[in-house]
Amino acid sequence: MKETTIPRTLISTESVGVLYDERERALGDVTLEFASGTVSALIGPSGCGKSTYLRCLNLMNREIPHCLIEGRILYHGRDITKPEQDLFALRRSIGMVFPRPNPFRMSIYENIALAPRRHGIRGKIALDELVERSLTAAALFDEVKDKLHTSAYALSGGQQQRLCIARTLALDPDVVLMDEPCSALDPIATLAIEETMRSMAARGICVIVVTHNMEQAARASDRTAFFYLGQMVEEGPTERIFSDPHEERLQDYLTGRIG
Amino acid sequence: MAEQRARTQDRIATAVLTAIAVLTCLLLVAIIAKIIISGASKAFDLSFLTGKPQQFKEGGGIGPELFNSFYLLLLTLLISTPLSLGAAIFLVEYAPDNTFTRLVKTAIEVLSSLPSIVVGLFGFLLFVLSFGWGFSIISGALALTMFNIPILVRVIQQALEAVSAEQRDAGLALGLTRWETTVHILLPAALPAIVTGVILSAGRVFGEAAALIYTAGQSAPALDFLNFDVTSLSCPWNIWRPAETLAVHIWKINSEGVVPDLTMVSDGTAAVLLICILAFNLIARLISRRASRKLAAE
Repeated sequence: MKETTIPRTLISTESVGVLYDERERALGDVTLEFASGTVSALIGPSGCGKSTYLRCLNLMNREIPHCLIEGRILYHGRDITKPEQDLFALRRSIGMVFPRPNPFRMSIYENIALAPRRHGIRGKIALDELVERSLTAAALFDEVKDKLHTSAYALSGGQQQRLCIARTLALDPDVVLMDEPCSALDPIATLAIEETMRSMAARGICVIVVTHNMEQAARASDRTAFFYLGQMVEEGPTERIFSDPHEERLQDYLTGRIG
Repeated sequence: MAEQRARTQDRIATAVLTAIAVLTCLLLVAIIAKIIISGASKAFDLSFLTGKPQQFKEGGGIGPELFNSFYLLLLTLLISTPLSLGAAIFLVEYAPDNTFTRLVKTAIEVLSSLPSIVVGLFGFLLFVLSFGWGFSIISGALALTMFNIPILVRVIQQALEAVSAEQRDAGLALGLTRWETTVHILLPAALPAIVTGVILSAGRVFGEAAALIYTAGQSAPALDFLNFDVTSLSCPWNIWRPAETLAVHIWKINSEGVVPDLTMVSDGTAAVLLICILAFNLIARLISRRASRKLAAE
């Protein structure tokens, strides 16, 4: 574990919006800050723009044709929406975990070693050590250490998702984006993922998780932002958001009247 | 009442559809059985499989034709697979949604619907006459390449598209380039389907006659497998020699053959051709079944 540092802002957005086909607005005017060593939850009903927002942060939206990002996204103080930003370097240090576990069709070992090898880490010893360290960080090593060279597809859904987390951690990111990482998992596997989120934050990583599960946000996050109809409605410490919501739309959402 | 009628309707539909399915299978089995039974006496005779064809006497073999068929197939696949792979990767992974891309897709579709005799005549005009390559293996292989590319592109395209978008996202989110994602993640995942598709297309190429009549030619010079002088007409590897294939041989014998045992030779050749193609299909099935089992859970 790294020494407990004072949380500092790693990534922030200023008036970020997203347009599809240059006219269809999916998201408007989101200003948020995310600090190291914290878990931030983005909640809201389906289609509220929370995933769209998350996919701005590592510029995955750039892969969608005719998708336009407005505003500024500051990562370590630099605006990454500038055209000169190196996409590939950015995504190395901002990891992403997807809604459904998507391990590659390879062995557990190769799933983790593939990207670091492409990024220049060579040598069996270095890679072995990296695979073990990453799997340990995702709390998966003990379960798979005897079958590292078997197919990742033989793992359970929860294990596959933790493998995907380990795969991301192997690149030593300081921000990890998680897009409804537990939507395909059972409650026990979900708890294991939430513990992994906490342990990532304890190591100083800035974890941003999109979830439609309010209990998950309440259990695992430090701060929560509520999205509704393409807008960020309210943001604050998780405890306060759930106990004392200011905005009416958030109150309605928490009591199940909308969503 | 209405319910009764619906049930009768359903029963009749089931019976008719089953009958159609059975009929189709029977037709296939009948054709295969007829061809193999007629040709069996020759097809399983080693001297026929390795012997030289005869012009006027009986007892000719199909040794050179058999070799030519496989050699042409190999060359065709060597040329058409990389080209198709490139085209398919471009279309699936890179092509922006614009007029040019639509044009390429349309061109491939048109190419796939061209009658093979037209492809053959085009090859004759371009490779045989304009380029002055004469009736030769290389002319034939290039004609077959034109015939094979549209099929292969579609197969590979479908194989790549079948790999879920989540795999692609995972690669890109790890900071890999589109090329790295394609080569290291998508292609390995699509490989079983691609291999199956290539083998199935090989079956079609192997049996193609019309595209070859005017390109690889209708004569099969005797081959000497100890001859490694690639400029010599009897060197099997010489790509500038004319090379009649099994399918062309069948056509040739039946249209202008004068050997007394013409029917026997033709039936035997047909049986050999059919057995080869069945083998391709069987291998393709085996590979895809084994691969899907391997990927599902190991």
